[in-house]
Amino acid sequence: MSKPDVVAAILVAGATLYAIFGGADFGAGVWELLAARTPDRSLRQRIEQRVALSLGPVWEANHVWLIFTLVVLWTGFPDAFAPIMETLYVPLALAAVGIVLRGSGFAFGHSLGDVGAQRAHVVFSVSSLITPFFLGCVVGAIAAGDVEAGGSGDALGWIGPLPILVGVLFVASCAYIAAVFLLDDCRRAGDEELSEYFLRRSIAAAVIVGALAAVGLIVLRADARGIFDGLFDEGLPFVIASVVFGLVTLVGLVRGWSRALRPLAIGAVVALVAGWAVAQFPYLLPDTLTVADGAGDGGALTALIVVFIVALVTVVPSLALLFRLAQRQALE
Amino acid sequence: MSLIPSVPVADNLLAARELMAFTLGFHIILACVGVALPAMMLVAEFKGRRNDDEVALDLAKRWSKAAAVLFAVGAVTGTVLSFEMGLLWPHFMERFGDVFGTGFAIEGIFFFTEAIFIAIYIYGWKRIDGWKHWWTGVPIVIAGVGGAFSVVAVNSWMNQPQGFALDGSGNPTGVSPLSALFNPATVYEFPHMLLAAYMVVGFGLASIYAIAMLRSPAKRNDRRHRLGLLIPLTVAALLTPVQIFVGDVAARGVADHQPAKFAGFECIYETGPDQTEWLGGICTDDEVKWGIGIPGLDSMLVGFSTDTVVTGLDQIPDDEEPPAHTLLHLAFDTMVGIGFALLALGGWLAFYWWRKRDFPATKWFLRAVALSGIGAVVAMEAGWIVTEVGRQPWIVQGLMRTEDAVTSAGGLWFVLVGAIALYAGLGAIAVVSLRRIASRREPGADVGAGLPYGPPAKEPDR
Repeated sequence: MSKPDVVAAILVAGATLYAIFGGADFGAGVWELLAARTPDRSLRQRIEQRVALSLGPVWEANHVWLIFTLVVLWTGFPDAFAPIMETLYVPLALAAVGIVLRGSGFAFGHSLGDVGAQRAHVVFSVSSLITPFFLGCVVGAIAAGDVEAGGSGDALGWIGPLPILVGVLFVASCAYIAAVFLLDDCRRAGDEELSEYFLRRSIAAAVIVGALAAVGLIVLRADARGIFDGLFDEGLPFVIASVVFGLVTLVGLVRGWSRALRPLAIGAVVALVAGWAVAQFPYLLPDTLTVADGAGDGGALTALIVVFIVALVTVVPSLALLFRLAQRQALE
Repeated sequence: MSLIPSVPVADNLLAARELMAFTLGFHIILACVGVALPAMMLVAEFKGRRNDDEVALDLAKRWSKAAAVLFAVGAVTGTVLSFEMGLLWPHFMERFGDVFGTGFAIEGIFFFTEAIFIAIYIYGWKRIDGWKHWWTGVPIVIAGVGGAFSVVAVNSWMNQPQGFALDGSGNPTGVSPLSALFNPATVYEFPHMLLAAYMVVGFGLASIYAIAMLRSPAKRNDRRHRLGLLIPLTVAALLTPVQIFVGDVAARGVADHQPAKFAGFECIYETGPDQTEWLGGICTDDEVKWGIGIPGLDSMLVGFSTDTVVTGLDQIPDDEEPPAHTLLHLAFDTMVGIGFALLALGGWLAFYWWRKRDFPATKWFLRAVALSGIGAVVAMEAGWIVTEVGRQPWIVQGLMRTEDAVTSAGGLWFVLVGAIALYAGLGAIAVVSLRRIASRREPGADVGAGLPYGPPAKEPDR
């Protein structure tokens, strides 16, 4: 593995972590949004309560992965970062607006009280839908080859079948992960009624994600043939793993497993992202820029690898401590 | 074919610079809070734990709540900046992203640490006992310092680029990230900003209590208010003379390394010895009008002798001169002027304390403290104007012009208006939210409840 390949792997690792933890966070917001019209007020409040219990302390840590991914991209692959930013500025700016609104909704959701908090909640949940959608559009547009090396591209090129579909797939995946996580939390806390609520939604989300992925393959074949071929070549083991994880999770959901659900859902996402990455490799920007050609200077790559190792050594233990504290709280 | 037309560079350049200045100027205040407020709350908790002082502990709890809300907002405005780096300045990132990017990667670790431990600290009020809880706050303070270092080092690098060579086509090779981060400007820029953060938070926090005491005189004898004023004010007052010393070193560093910037904000037209130091005034094309001139002082400050030759704008090619000399000059004078005013305020406190072992709870002293918070913020923003506008027309001093870095994307003016509206709303809600936190009677009862990072209140309060 060459140095640029290692940094590309770090980039994928960062994106995967964001997909899992940031995804669960977005998804929780999506469920709040879907519950907003429930006439049963106490149920709605309990859902909000559950989401706050499960996410509160780890919220910030979940989203640092996005910044991490951006920084690795611009330091490791500046030649890919610049055209992505200059071409896809519309969905990126909209995602940034979503992040601002979401963060404020989160920050002020409880400290404003009454009407203010209600409104902050609405802002939080609506932007939970917007942000992953536009981030998905960005990924889809890159896959579709809308971003060309050295170019500033078509500002509206991202409005196409593949980007939109990936955007929707992102939202659905977030909802799926969040539902499984929340279900697990509810079961641990012994909340039967909410468990039942999220069980049905987990199953529905799993089916929807599966269906979207299937449609995605058809669109992928038309709009990003290289990646489609890659998925059934080097990426095949990952695709199979993802499907297996997904199906086993579904079985586990129906049979009422508890402990294994989280790892299984995470496995499905990890396999999906990894499969995509392997299929797109060696291209950073399909058909115009490879990992090797787009890499920054060797000194910077070495520094990034060192920083990543230091990050693992320092962040993982403290993150573990935080998650443990949060889990204990979630059980209270 | 694109439906959104590309726009001319000149138009985009101004919009992009205004957008960057506005969002960065907003974020930097929140960044100060993230860097320095944890230290204040640890001082209060330390006092509380050592002396079994419930009032000091109560203050620490209150401040940690404010820190949580502001940290969450700061995280968001910081994320926006990392988007903007690429959205506004793609060619800067394309060419130099690998040289300075490591600084942000390191910052990522510090930010992570800060995010994790601020959550642990707030959760810990009810779950971690005694001194162990105090120690969970220490990583927040360290991460704040480290984060400030790595980000400011990148800005210093833009002023003093090094740690790479240029190949035939002008692209950097042989990158040494450490050398890039530890450039000559980092030595003064980082401590200058770190101290600024502590001063902004110290004077700012004290001013909130001063205003409360001015509004209701009964609070002047309330121990919580007195302590809430004294702790941050003392920290800030102690650091002010250090800051003035560092600032003096920094100005000499700029005179050495970036003579165009120095000549711009000091309004020096002709190279030579015996330069006049101008206080205030308007800088026209060839002279300073309506300013107070002190002959020879500028040379004295730069080289400790009136014989010191200071480079003037006559030595700078026209197309490399910083713009808006008057703005730069007045921004610099504002920063220095406020610095000395804050020094005087600290002196007042020290003198009174020396004689009476108390702070002067008079109207005039409280008024001065009330003003000091906004003053410190203005001084810091003015300082950033000096360093950023003063570096123009360069984004990377001597190597890349800002106009060559800017995006060709359309609609930036529209985005600017949107950003101002969005951030104005954000700021207003933040203030309302903090006021609500401050007005809660018994924070000790359920600390962390209803806060970002904190556990939600058991019963929704409605």
